[in-house]
Amino acid sequence: MKVGFYPGCSLEGSSKEYSKSLFAVSEKCGITLEEIKDWSCCGASAAHSLNHDLSIALPARTLALAEKQGLSEIVIPCAACYGRLAASQQAILNDKAILEKTEKYIDMAFTGNVQLLTVFEFLQKYIFPVADQYIVDKLNQKTACYYGCLLARPKDLTKLERPENPMEMEKVMEKAGATPIDWAFKTECCGAGFSMSRTDLVAKLSGRILEDAAERGADSIIVACPMCHSNLDLRRPEIKKQLKKDINIPVLFITQALGLSMGISAKELGLDKHFVPTGKAVSCIVKKEA
Amino acid sequence: MARIGVFICHCGENISATVDVAKVAEEAAKMPGVAYAMDYKYMCSDPGQTKIIEAIKEHKLTGIVVGACSPRMHEATFRKAAEKGGINPFLCEIANLREQVSWVHPRTEATTRKAIDIVRTIVNKVSKDTPLFPIKVPVTKTALVIGGGIAGIQAALDIANAGHQVIMVEKSPSIGGHMSQLSETFPTLDCSQCILTPRMVEVAQHPNITLHTFAEVESVSGFVGNFDVKVRLKARSVDMSKCTGCGTCWQKCPSKKIPDEFNAGLSYRTAIYSPFPQAVPNKPVIDRANCNYFQKGKCGICKKVCPAGAIDYEMEDEIIDIKVGAIVTATGFDIKHTDFFPEYGYGEFKDVIDGLQFERLASASGPTSGEIRRPSDGKIPEKIVFLACSGSRDKAKGIEYCSKICCMYTAKHAMLYKHKHHEGNAYVFYMDIRSAGKNYDEFVRRAIEEDDVHYIRGRVSRIYEKDGKLIVKGVDTLMNAEPVEIEADMVVLATAVVANPDAESVAQKMHISYDKHHFFAEAHPKLRPVETNTAGIMLAGACQTAKDIPDTVSQASAAASKIMGLFSSDEMTREPVVAVVNRCMPPLFTTCTGCLLCLEVCPYHAIEREEIKDRRTGEILKVAAKVNAGLCQGCGTCVAFCRNKSIDLQGFSNQQMLSEVVALLNKPF
Repeated sequence: MKVGFYPGCSLEGSSKEYSKSLFAVSEKCGITLEEIKDWSCCGASAAHSLNHDLSIALPARTLALAEKQGLSEIVIPCAACYGRLAASQQAILNDKAILEKTEKYIDMAFTGNVQLLTVFEFLQKYIFPVADQYIVDKLNQKTACYYGCLLARPKDLTKLERPENPMEMEKVMEKAGATPIDWAFKTECCGAGFSMSRTDLVAKLSGRILEDAAERGADSIIVACPMCHSNLDLRRPEIKKQLKKDINIPVLFITQALGLSMGISAKELGLDKHFVPTGKAVSCIVKKEA
Repeated sequence: MARIGVFICHCGENISATVDVAKVAEEAAKMPGVAYAMDYKYMCSDPGQTKIIEAIKEHKLTGIVVGACSPRMHEATFRKAAEKGGINPFLCEIANLREQVSWVHPRTEATTRKAIDIVRTIVNKVSKDTPLFPIKVPVTKTALVIGGGIAGIQAALDIANAGHQVIMVEKSPSIGGHMSQLSETFPTLDCSQCILTPRMVEVAQHPNITLHTFAEVESVSGFVGNFDVKVRLKARSVDMSKCTGCGTCWQKCPSKKIPDEFNAGLSYRTAIYSPFPQAVPNKPVIDRANCNYFQKGKCGICKKVCPAGAIDYEMEDEIIDIKVGAIVTATGFDIKHTDFFPEYGYGEFKDVIDGLQFERLASASGPTSGEIRRPSDGKIPEKIVFLACSGSRDKAKGIEYCSKICCMYTAKHAMLYKHKHHEGNAYVFYMDIRSAGKNYDEFVRRAIEEDDVHYIRGRVSRIYEKDGKLIVKGVDTLMNAEPVEIEADMVVLATAVVANPDAESVAQKMHISYDKHHFFAEAHPKLRPVETNTAGIMLAGACQTAKDIPDTVSQASAAASKIMGLFSSDEMTREPVVAVVNRCMPPLFTTCTGCLLCLEVCPYHAIEREEIKDRRTGEILKVAAKVNAGLCQGCGTCVAFCRNKSIDLQGFSNQQMLSEVVALLNKPF
């Protein structure tokens, strides 16, 4: 089984382990991920705040390349990349004038027949049907599943049923033998792109998220967005200063957590790439009863 | 030869600012058959009408065309003027130059040309018009009131006190409606039940009112003055004539865990129940969906314990036929519930409640006997946050309108809480305070200034639970748009007022129109606010739009007075716009071949089979269709279906319609 794959910048840099673990889990389940050749930047928040046409054309170029490559479905693990690609596709398909203009910009045909999958849709469609036979361990821990903004919103693009209280990650974690907790900060803002310019703000916002997870007894926080991960993991020293206390809950990508339950090694899942040691999450794991 | 007069109205500037009215009159004067044409600022005014009357006499006119607003607006006015001038009112027709021309086009030559074309079509039609005479029908002087809330109660009492018969149909086991659930009422804080229950009793005891509770309207047919209504009396499973309302049955009923509708789900009731102690009639019904006997075939306790032998498990729904002359639709409203708000917890937090639930908590007859205690653990809340505009005025939620009552009842709620717990804190998040009404703004100011309710202008983005508290995250837009966080013990959402879930099907049964939110539509938003577009059917209360009690009562009395007007004479006149089957000399009698396809398609069952017999021998010479002018609504379906054009609609005959089209094609016919 072959599914297209769009990494975006983060999955090649700060969130290499997200990509690594996604590939590891897919491989385990017999799914081949094929990267779109010569893909370009999704435009992120920069493009759509500067030039509307560019913010549509950049993702459109990547989508047209995927079409050329014969991919009918692509998984886009990064929440922001997914948002941009899906928004671009929707804008083009809804307006003929935009389609014509964009085709001129990218100098390629665009039919829009590539189906875009969020990481949840990918797991649901390709991993879930076969997961049980590969899950050998039980995560055996309380997990706080954190969605942040773009995984859940806008509803039109993410297609989530309950954008204010999504349950998609919880379903995955239950399958992996964890106990997802009910908590309040699932879809609150982590501070996102202010990571560089206003680290103090990020520390405040991400700090509150960590605090709630800690108070409700989470052993690990599960994320599916590179930005969320970086703010919750990398900014721990600033958060510590802000909260005046140390919270050492590790933050795992959903694919890492799922990989652990499949018996994939911590190294293969890139768990050594984190700033907050992930040993606490790994040490909870027990063998799944037959 | 026809002598037609054309009168072009400026409608102030409504028409004349866009259409060159003088030019239209000038062109009209040249049209074949037109003997006189003029234009005037306000044709509908008294001097305007006088000009028409005088012109008819002076120029010996045989028909007139008024180029003015929509015929819905003033056709009746001008037809009366025509009649005063001495011509048959149906020889007066309206060319709609306002809604169909000036309001929808810019001022251009083409617009004026369109106005001239429309006048030409109508002139041509009038030249084909024939005098018509109104149809007289008898009036059944009994009114049907659908809904037994305060709107229905007020309308029923007013009509009954005027000496007419009233039949009230209420779908739940008791009358009283939402008002019976309320604690105190704004702006006077008098107890809702104390002012309502005497009226409920009056309805039950009134010699002119027949009350059917636990009943629903099945279908409505007929027309103003003569409606035929089928009412379903749902099986109560209790014989009303035997039951004394002693209450033994509901005390002994073992199914005790059914959410109580009257207490807005805050308490439980039994399967055999009377909704509340002051219910009218205070006799129980069995809720069969939740009754052990009906669901599992076992139990029968109520039947065993009933000292009057009133329990009847075999009882079946009964359909009764009633004849009424007019109908008041007073079916009330519903509210959105807390599960409508994902951002406030999808209805999963027990201490986030809606306004109606708060009413029950504050009511002496409520589940806490009037002590404001939070549903989760029964504690008295130290801090309550009220959210006005929960859902209302929110396009993203699909509810653009203002629910009107929330600003006032939220102030009342906060006040009631503060009166009971002086030390408690009440916060109100609001968008704007809309307190237009007698003594309304004073009431809100009293909440803020005397009762120390904290009003925060801003909206709430999120509510979550933490350590038994509800964390309310919002913004104060008056304090530098600062984010605000309040740790509350209870949150009350002033949720949007919406139409009843079955409003659409009720409207379809009644043949009345409704808006996109399923609120019933009045005939005119300003000038006919209590009538519907279906003659004889009136609206009262919140089934039309969100309304408070004073407005509801006013509208109900207005609906009643409309009906009393209708009942003031023994017969009423109807417009003769009905279908007729042509007749001619024997031996043809009519071109109708008696296929009776029209009988099948008529939605009003107004067509019957007629046998044309030889007067002497009684031999059937021909079978043809015949239209009952009393039932015909003039829809024209039969005309379209008639295979050899033997049926025509009076006033809109095929020939008349064709003449309009031909005129439009610029070929004098």
